[in-house]
Amino acid sequence: MYPGTVALTDVSIGFEGGRIHALIGKNGAGKSTLVKIISGAVQPTAGTILVNGRAVQIRSPRDAFREGIATVYQELSLVPELTVGENILFGRLPKKRWSRGLVVDWNEVFTRADALLDDMHVDLDTKKKVSQLGVAQQQVVEIAKAMSFTPSVLVLDEPTSALAHHEVQNLFELIRGLAKKGVAIVYITHRLQELEAIADVVSVLRDGDLIGTVNIEEATPETIAEMMFGEVVQKARPAGLAVEQEPVLEVRHLSRKDGLYDIDFTLYKGEVLGIAGMLGSGKTELLRAIFGSDTIDGGEIVVGGRTVTRPNPARMKKLGLGLTPESRKEEGLIPLLTVRDNLCLASLNRLSSNGVIWKRRQQTVAKKTVEELRIAVGDVEQLVASLSGGNQQKVVVGNWLNTEPLIMLFDEPTRGIDVQAKQQMFQIIWDLSRRGISSILVSSELEELVEVCHRILIMRNGRVVGEVGADGLRVDTLLELSMRD
Amino acid sequence: MFPQKLRAYAARAVMEVILLVLCIFLAFRAPNFLTVGNMLNILRTVSMQGLIAFGMTMVIISGEIDLSVGSAVAFSGCLIAVMVKSGMPVPTAFAITLAVGCCIGTFTGFVRGRYQVPTFITSLALLTGLRGGARLITKGFPVAPDFPDWYTFMGTGYVFNTIPFPAIVLIVTFIIVHFLMNYTSFGRSVYAVGGNPDAARLCGINVSLVRITALAITGTLAALSGIMLSARIDSGNPTVAQGWELDVIAAVIIGGTSLTGGVGTVWGTLIGLIFIGVIINGMTLLNVPTDVQYVVRGLLILVAVLINRVQLRKD
Repeated sequence: MYPGTVALTDVSIGFEGGRIHALIGKNGAGKSTLVKIISGAVQPTAGTILVNGRAVQIRSPRDAFREGIATVYQELSLVPELTVGENILFGRLPKKRWSRGLVVDWNEVFTRADALLDDMHVDLDTKKKVSQLGVAQQQVVEIAKAMSFTPSVLVLDEPTSALAHHEVQNLFELIRGLAKKGVAIVYITHRLQELEAIADVVSVLRDGDLIGTVNIEEATPETIAEMMFGEVVQKARPAGLAVEQEPVLEVRHLSRKDGLYDIDFTLYKGEVLGIAGMLGSGKTELLRAIFGSDTIDGGEIVVGGRTVTRPNPARMKKLGLGLTPESRKEEGLIPLLTVRDNLCLASLNRLSSNGVIWKRRQQTVAKKTVEELRIAVGDVEQLVASLSGGNQQKVVVGNWLNTEPLIMLFDEPTRGIDVQAKQQMFQIIWDLSRRGISSILVSSELEELVEVCHRILIMRNGRVVGEVGADGLRVDTLLELSMRD
Repeated sequence: MFPQKLRAYAARAVMEVILLVLCIFLAFRAPNFLTVGNMLNILRTVSMQGLIAFGMTMVIISGEIDLSVGSAVAFSGCLIAVMVKSGMPVPTAFAITLAVGCCIGTFTGFVRGRYQVPTFITSLALLTGLRGGARLITKGFPVAPDFPDWYTFMGTGYVFNTIPFPAIVLIVTFIIVHFLMNYTSFGRSVYAVGGNPDAARLCGINVSLVRITALAITGTLAALSGIMLSARIDSGNPTVAQGWELDVIAAVIIGGTSLTGGVGTVWGTLIGLIFIGVIINGMTLLNVPTDVQYVVRGLLILVAVLINRVQLRKD
């Protein structure tokens, strides 16, 4: 899939009709690759797939449908402005018989869609537009769409990632109903606590290997966590990363409607503070609120002796904050501009005198940053879009370091970048710490937090529910802490 | 065979090369083409629209559009004529007219930032509204006050008896806008805002202010253009500058600026302007009928954009 890397190694796994088979593993374990192979999105370099005992070739999603394999992906693929019925039968709308396949038979569309939903024991108006539905109902429509192919295997890729607690229960009921009809359900997740509620069988993947398959009755959360993480080599922070007593950022009773509730913490000079939490716990939202990317509804932020109640990015930048956003392409970079431009974006005012900015000055700064962060680029006049993910991320970071910040907020800085670039990113954060610059690091990679940070806050459902020192902390302990209900 | 470097350079400057070829062609076919007088004449014919085109380049790079400029030209010309006619000193009327132009742009930008109304819509409304306003204040007829000589000089005069004054204004405006876009933090912010407004905001750039500034400059330039046009025709006429907005946008697009924002240069717009000027001038010298001229200009816009597209894809 990716040059030079093996995403899956010699995995043999069987799925049984009528059973819900969970696949669990942390990010990058190979879950998605396995799903993509089963659903025809990518081809395996070696190995075979058997459906009902017969070896089949799955070269495209269309082949997968024909073999009775339907997949519901994490990102919903519905057309918002069309009706539920049309979405379910999209691409295969029944036509009036006399019209030679030209005129859609709308009565038939809604009759069929209704019948399908009835069969799933779901009560939903098929004439409603999808945009009028909540996420949970959209998820149901997505599953109904998959079921309209009458598959023998239904693959669900993290279906609960965007759902609230009670919605999850309804979804589980629906899935169990489908399993009772004899469909083999493949349920992908990284949420340990869901397994007991939904799965019959659990398979654990780690680094592209199938670690094992166990019946749920025989498994405990501890054994599965151990299978997920293996023998973790506890990497230590380099010595000499001292935290001073002086507070640099105080967040007081910060709240935001439906998302953040009464958040309170202090960041000290030179400290690297991690924030752990599952998807939807509010960790990204917290960083955005502190930086003023999103508005806040209550509380205050004290930074550099100033109390801020209505933060916005321009103001927080002046106070010495910097934020590298979660999605670098959408929010961190201007892909149409050069590396030089992107490295000077946040510091345009610093680099200019009376609004005038000379290209040579920008080039000098850009070249220095390229050297310091070891960004692999031949010429700073190259377009930033031509760089690899890791180097683009370094440009986003460099852009902010050029503002000479006092506090850096890193949102998933290592997402989608290779191992070497990750280590370099950690080095950057540690170097900042040595210079007395504090960082807040949000990451879904728990090992990373344990390795990089002094202290870790644990977030759940928009609240800070705990705090742990990173020294001597075990990854599985942290996992359990951030998932406990 | 061209040396490698020269060929690479030519590939990047396709429009410049085409313009050069066109000029060489015309130099042979139209005997009067290659004279200093004719060259300056070309600059003069594109100057009034050209002023606005440089502002429009900023607006389009920032990801917005301004359709009101044609009507704003007519409105400004009428406004100053009416004010002077009523006895106001010309310098005062001049300043007020420029300020009004600035306010029109600011208004469009403000509505964009505050209420998220696309500039396409607001400026479309202004396109109709300002034209009506021009008719309203002049009661539908040209207003011809007693303009002083220095005023009419702005539209008709020649410096050293050779260089048309409007052409000088055009070049000065080009230099200023070019400098703004390439050597100021405002200019670089325009590219950032057009390329990715979300990222720009997160970098602490005041996105709304950048858009307002670009639109306000364009509004001011449209007012200046209107003043110069009224100086040229020695009156305020509510029917002038019909459809200018499209000619101006055409020049910007021919110059390689992308309508989706984030990409473009002021230099490209200058080339686009001269290109249009040369085509019109050449066709006139070759006695091409006016009707045919319009068809050719239409085709030209399409071809130029296609060339830029292909070029962009290669990069």
